[in-house]
Amino acid sequence: MYEVGKKGDAAMPLYENISEFQLDAFREIGTIGAGNGATALSQLMNRKVSMSVPSIKILPFAQVPDVVGGAEKLVAGVFTTVEGPAPCNILFLFPIVSAKVLVGHLMDCKYLENEGIDDVGKSALAEVVNIVNGAYLNSLGSFTSLHFIPSVPALAIDMAGALLDTVLAQIGMAGDHALLMETVFSEIEENVTGHFFLLPEAGSLEKIMEAIGVKG
Amino acid sequence: MAKIVKIGMADLNVALPPEVLQTCGLGSCVGICLWDPVTKVAGMAHIMLPSSSHGKSVNDAKFADTAVPLLIDEMGKRGAHKTRLVAKIAGGAQMFSFYSDNDIMKIGERNAQAVKAALQAVKIKLLAEDTGGNFGRTIEFYAENGQLYVRTINLGEKYI
Repeated sequence: MYEVGKKGDAAMPLYENISEFQLDAFREIGTIGAGNGATALSQLMNRKVSMSVPSIKILPFAQVPDVVGGAEKLVAGVFTTVEGPAPCNILFLFPIVSAKVLVGHLMDCKYLENEGIDDVGKSALAEVVNIVNGAYLNSLGSFTSLHFIPSVPALAIDMAGALLDTVLAQIGMAGDHALLMETVFSEIEENVTGHFFLLPEAGSLEKIMEAIGVKG
Repeated sequence: MAKIVKIGMADLNVALPPEVLQTCGLGSCVGICLWDPVTKVAGMAHIMLPSSSHGKSVNDAKFADTAVPLLIDEMGKRGAHKTRLVAKIAGGAQMFSFYSDNDIMKIGERNAQAVKAALQAVKIKLLAEDTGGNFGRTIEFYAENGQLYVRTINLGEKYI
């Protein structure tokens, strides 16, 4: 393989100034945000929804698709850009089976194995994500007193790697690594899982840390 | 079974027969495949962005304009000759449609254009392309014969 970052690796000029302590603080506000997101999802589905403790990873781009189960895996992805003083990107990925169950539950229908999700279903899924994002960002906003303004979410059903491309291109100008915070939401009864990825753009993490007064 | 050489995002590599170069899940990124028909040296780059001019990066494989010369160099080390190289490219899709004119959303189209410009700049002939659309592609490039195999989820597969 062509060695990325031969000129002095890895630990990434962009993130080397961020301490473990700051990552812990970031994980903590992420946990609270995700808790709000899970509550919103639970109310929407009228089911119990649990969530994982967020994990933070700093990875070279080539390794990011592995986090979502490989670049070729078929997923439903909803992408939202977040504007404001600390711009971020949110990618919410559902394994296709989970997406069908979730949409079927909301629309009161059942998708067959080879059947695709129709346009109304896609729109419903994007709206669910919009609500979860809103709950998450509200919490982030009230913690930091920063404004987080989400775009209208866009949905695509395709290879995970292909969906990640667009998201990583946003970050790619500034460096060769992506910092991503992943939270897994799951509904046990019908076995629905969704992976929520928050990817701060260059400099955003520092802004967030500054806002909550956590120094490196 | 031919050995498959995997290429990740913002990466490149070179292969000789019977090896096959593969990159999975190209969205807005573009897979650049170069081949020397005489020595059968094949190279593939998976670029993410059109131009290195605004970026701070140590990785030349990430940008269209820097990946092409780097790939030619790497292929040269394995016996390819620049003047014989031919190209095939795939990718450059727009995966998400937003209700905005946000530039980054047209990144796929810009990537494809930048790759073509970079090839033209070094006078490499583009033999075939499968670019654009709103779907992901997995590609495999055969060092043996310079065939490029493109696989999609809903639109089948083909050789170009």
